[in-house]
Amino acid sequence: MKMKALSKNTKSNLITYGMVILAYVVMEILTRAGMVSSLLQGLLVPLCTYVILAVSLNLVVGISGELSLGHAGFMCVGAFASAFFSNYTKEAITVSGLRFFLALLIGAAVAALFGFLIGIPVLRLRGDYLAIVTLAFGEIIKNVINVIFLGHDSKGFHISFKDAFSMNMEPDGEVLINGPQGITGTPHDSSFLIGIILILITLFIVINMVNSRTGRAIMAIRDNRIAAESVGIHITKYKLLAFTVSASLAGVAGVLYAHNLSTLAAQPKNFGYNMSIMILVFVVLGGIGNIRGSIIAAVVLTLLPELLRSLNDYRMLMYAIVLIATMIFTSSPGGQAFRERYSLKVLFGQKKQEKEAE
Amino acid sequence: MALLEVKELGISFGGLRAVDDFHMTIEQGELYGLIGPNGAGKTTVFNLLTGVYKPTDGYILLDGENITGKKTIEINQHGIARTFQNIRLFNELTVKDNVKVGLHNHHTYSTLTGILRLPKYYKVEKEMDERAMELLKVFDLDGEADYKASNLPYGKQRKLEIARALATDPKLLLLDEPAAGMNPQETQELMNTIRFVRDEFHMTILLIEHDMKLVSGICEKLTVLNFGQILTEGETSEVLNDPKVITAYLGE
Repeated sequence: MKMKALSKNTKSNLITYGMVILAYVVMEILTRAGMVSSLLQGLLVPLCTYVILAVSLNLVVGISGELSLGHAGFMCVGAFASAFFSNYTKEAITVSGLRFFLALLIGAAVAALFGFLIGIPVLRLRGDYLAIVTLAFGEIIKNVINVIFLGHDSKGFHISFKDAFSMNMEPDGEVLINGPQGITGTPHDSSFLIGIILILITLFIVINMVNSRTGRAIMAIRDNRIAAESVGIHITKYKLLAFTVSASLAGVAGVLYAHNLSTLAAQPKNFGYNMSIMILVFVVLGGIGNIRGSIIAAVVLTLLPELLRSLNDYRMLMYAIVLIATMIFTSSPGGQAFRERYSLKVLFGQKKQEKEAE
Repeated sequence: MALLEVKELGISFGGLRAVDDFHMTIEQGELYGLIGPNGAGKTTVFNLLTGVYKPTDGYILLDGENITGKKTIEINQHGIARTFQNIRLFNELTVKDNVKVGLHNHHTYSTLTGILRLPKYYKVEKEMDERAMELLKVFDLDGEADYKASNLPYGKQRKLEIARALATDPKLLLLDEPAAGMNPQETQELMNTIRFVRDEFHMTILLIEHDMKLVSGICEKLTVLNFGQILTEGETSEVLNDPKVITAYLGE
């Protein structure tokens, strides 16, 4: 019985990995065959970004059980830190793979640092209060980045919070971060393949962490804080750990995102609370704590509005209907009963289950 | 030297003196009962012993070490484990994982080892699995190891809580109303289990209980609490026949 459960868990994880690889292979074949529109091709890297964001947010919302609405902020930090690095070292490091790898480490590290620093005060709160404060922090990060002007000349770095002229740079100076205009000229180092690899790495980290001593401690705190404390689990340590790892992975998503665009600016559209809510929608619709579900929800909800583009005015209506239908289907008692009666497992797997029971 | 020594322990919540001048000495291997009417302060004493509340006065010595005012997790590491009056399991985790959380501080590897699945991960997880199954077997829960904890019947949930507490390898086990909500047959079974735990693990046990059959059946010594103060203490048979205890708690 013990072994069976273990293999069931491992099998489920392997399916998740396999699904991602399969998706890559299928897309690759379709692209080679010329069956993918340029619109969809342009969506592939953002799609990978959203999947990483959804999986990493699931670590906080599903596994750690805390509602965080500032995820886009961490993505923003990762994006800007890495884009800044890549821009600055564009000439020094010409191998794009190496440069992207270093940018990745920097983006993840800076986002983790922000996650850690913000996590210390914020994780003292719970529930709605935590959601409100993380929302605020996300907005603060975005708005602060919007007023940073950073340049480099022969004398070194210059920084200003007013405008590009107040940096008093030499004529040979180059503006690296230009306030609301953001960072321009980031090398285009992201690709669909890199995105897929990063998704696999994210999955590897999150899944392995959840199925380890650390993950058990985090889930124990989620299920019963007082009991967890009574068996000697350090509450703050593990909550902060989950939050920091999640922020760091959001930073990775930010790196991927930034290196797919030549111009990176912190706008409400890409790093505002709309984005945070959208990631949360992926997590909730995919099933809180269900990592594979997060991936599917992120893919479907990103592609849907694009695929329905021909319907013009009706597409957002369709999007809303799909959202509501999914919620009813997955969460309401009626929907659950329906699923139990007509799920594929029941229709095809019943005989097998009966055999196992014997 | 006594395993647990409590002297002049007291706590006030604002103007309310919840526990006053509480003392208690428990020897190694004893089965000790704490009884009294509702609201007498029994659970408050447990919360003081486990660091949930910080005492306003008095001190607590565990095995000669002063643990007064320490944090819950430190006290657990010193060797006090507890169960709760209203069951507090990790409901979404499996029965086995509940026990494995209890083993958290005894079988360790770093988070990174866990993520990278280094050889140590497999070795320690195997040790944990074996230890957890051993403990579950004691409580006859090994057949339900992969069930979600919330799916267990009530009596088994109580047992699982004890198993989880034992997993932290305590010197002293505190049971807060272990028989609450159990039928006579389950209570009888629980009494056997508690005795077995004491003998098998050489455990010292302090329990709060209202079920007089259980108390008189297994406790060797008793302390009776009433309105936050000790009414009387001593050998079980003497205490239960004390007229003061009969008027205050047991009734004629």
